Amino acid sequence: MKLLALETSTEACSCALYVDGTISQRAEFAPRKHAELILPMAEQLLAEAQLLPAQLDGVTFGQGPGSFTGVRIACSVAQGIAFAANVPVAPVSSLAALAQHLYQTQGHEKICVAFDARMKEVYWGIYQLNQQGLMQLQGEECVCAAHQVPLPDEKNSWVGVGSGWAAYSEALSDRLAGYVQHYDSEIYLHATALIPFALAMFAQQQVYPAETVTPVYIRNKII
Amino acid sequence: MTKIKFCDVVTMTMRILGIETSCDETAVAIYDETQGLLAHTLYSQIALHAKYGGVVPELASRDHVRKLLPLIKEVLHAANTQPHEITGVAYTAGPGLVGALLVGAATGRSLAWAWRVPAIGVHHMEGHLLAPMLENPAPTFPFLALLVSGGHTQLIEVQAIGRYRLLGESIDDAAGEAFDKVAKLLGLGYPGGPAIARVAQQGKSGRFTFSRPMTQRPGLDLSFSGLKTQVLTTWQAQTIQDEQTRADIALAFEEAVIDTLLIKAQRALQQTGLKTLVIAGGVGANQWLRTRLQQLANELNIQVFYPRPIFCTDNGAMIAYTGYVRLKAGFQEPLSFNVQPRWSMESLN
Repeated sequence: MKLLALETSTEACSCALYVDGTISQRAEFAPRKHAELILPMAEQLLAEAQLLPAQLDGVTFGQGPGSFTGVRIACSVAQGIAFAANVPVAPVSSLAALAQHLYQTQGHEKICVAFDARMKEVYWGIYQLNQQGLMQLQGEECVCAAHQVPLPDEKNSWVGVGSGWAAYSEALSDRLAGYVQHYDSEIYLHATALIPFALAMFAQQQVYPAETVTPVYIRNKII
Repeated sequence: MTKIKFCDVVTMTMRILGIETSCDETAVAIYDETQGLLAHTLYSQIALHAKYGGVVPELASRDHVRKLLPLIKEVLHAANTQPHEITGVAYTAGPGLVGALLVGAATGRSLAWAWRVPAIGVHHMEGHLLAPMLENPAPTFPFLALLVSGGHTQLIEVQAIGRYRLLGESIDDAAGEAFDKVAKLLGLGYPGGPAIARVAQQGKSGRFTFSRPMTQRPGLDLSFSGLKTQVLTTWQAQTIQDEQTRADIALAFEEAVIDTLLIKAQRALQQTGLKTLVIAGGVGANQWLRTRLQQLANELNIQVFYPRPIFCTDNGAMIAYTGYVRLKAGFQEPLSFNVQPRWSMESLN
């Protein structure tokens, strides 16, 4: 299985390549430089693995929520590559991917993800590890004011992550008092975290033709 | 490891996929070096934006993502072309709406990367400028180009491909923009050009007269912002705002814009001594403008060229063709793609 992963929904730009159990990656904190960086990253990873795009078996991308322009870049690049390589696409929630990243790097299993959505709101998702080792959404992802985010079902032992925890630390801390013990707003989203989800989706054939995948903006009130 | 051998691009006849997403049309075409335009298709977002009276950039970007790949599939099929027969990908890289441009650039550059063919970012206005080259007969260099669209109103001396001299341009609103704004204030809907032209057909000439801005002054710059204000003031001063009054004002406005464009175009022809005039851009689809320009051409004994109306407005064919010209000349984009919402055409020289 050869899988290319693209994630550009936050200020970090990253690309990862999975080749039969081995993952290589490129990542850079680079606001507004995603268009410049993403294909050179992909080219380097494929070249190091001595692969051509046509040899990929699939593409996965972080479909948001996040920066509108960012999620469109990942989606459009994923569409272009997958269409050209004639392979399916596995779109993965960017909120879920950050939760997965935190699990993979720090072992946390119950996570409240908040991306700064500007306009005094956050993109919000509550995740818990399932038996397959994947972060599973509890309830629904949403965009809402920090002091109104939906709460987890049970108290204690949750960890907060994402830029929303820096932008609205007070409002979120108040709202999640008794639920979230600590948070980390400095961890950046990584394309490697898309891969476990994508592998599961390919295994279950829950993948899509390139022309049918779209970003998930959540915020649809834009005028 | 198996090595996949790709066709040698240089020895193949060039066949270019062109992608246009700079504003509110998603358009795709395939141009072949020897056979010419093979296929073109377009999805217009006009209905999506109509209720807002103009293009909403975020809505436009979102719609491009949904429409672009299906249109690419459609055009490949229509051109009876397999993906491996595409030798290059061209996409509009500016000027235009940044989010909308990025959809075409990201998709186009990625397709080219994965197909292992070169890509080229095309200047949208150069695309308009070269659109008449898709027609038979096509103009020959040098010529004067009158580019009139929703975003631009420019007079350009075209010495050759890539040799452009801006002679004059609108110092405020573009002509197409003025049509949109006047249509909106007269309650005629969006897009304004066709709406005004339609209503103006019922108008009586002579009841209203608007100025021909900046024609009394030397030079080739234009201005349409004041004209829009004149229309607004006139419309608001009418005690009876009936259909006939609306039509009469629309006609007077259309006359003023077209007269102004003609006066400046004639002046540019005289200053440069050029004998060929090319019209491009969305306003170039205005039938009355075309008729008047043909009359002018007959009087001055010059030749006038314009693309068919669907190639006056935004389209993929002009991007595929311009991409072909640029790739043929040896230009191509690095893997780092980018777009330029504002981009002077003279910087192409």
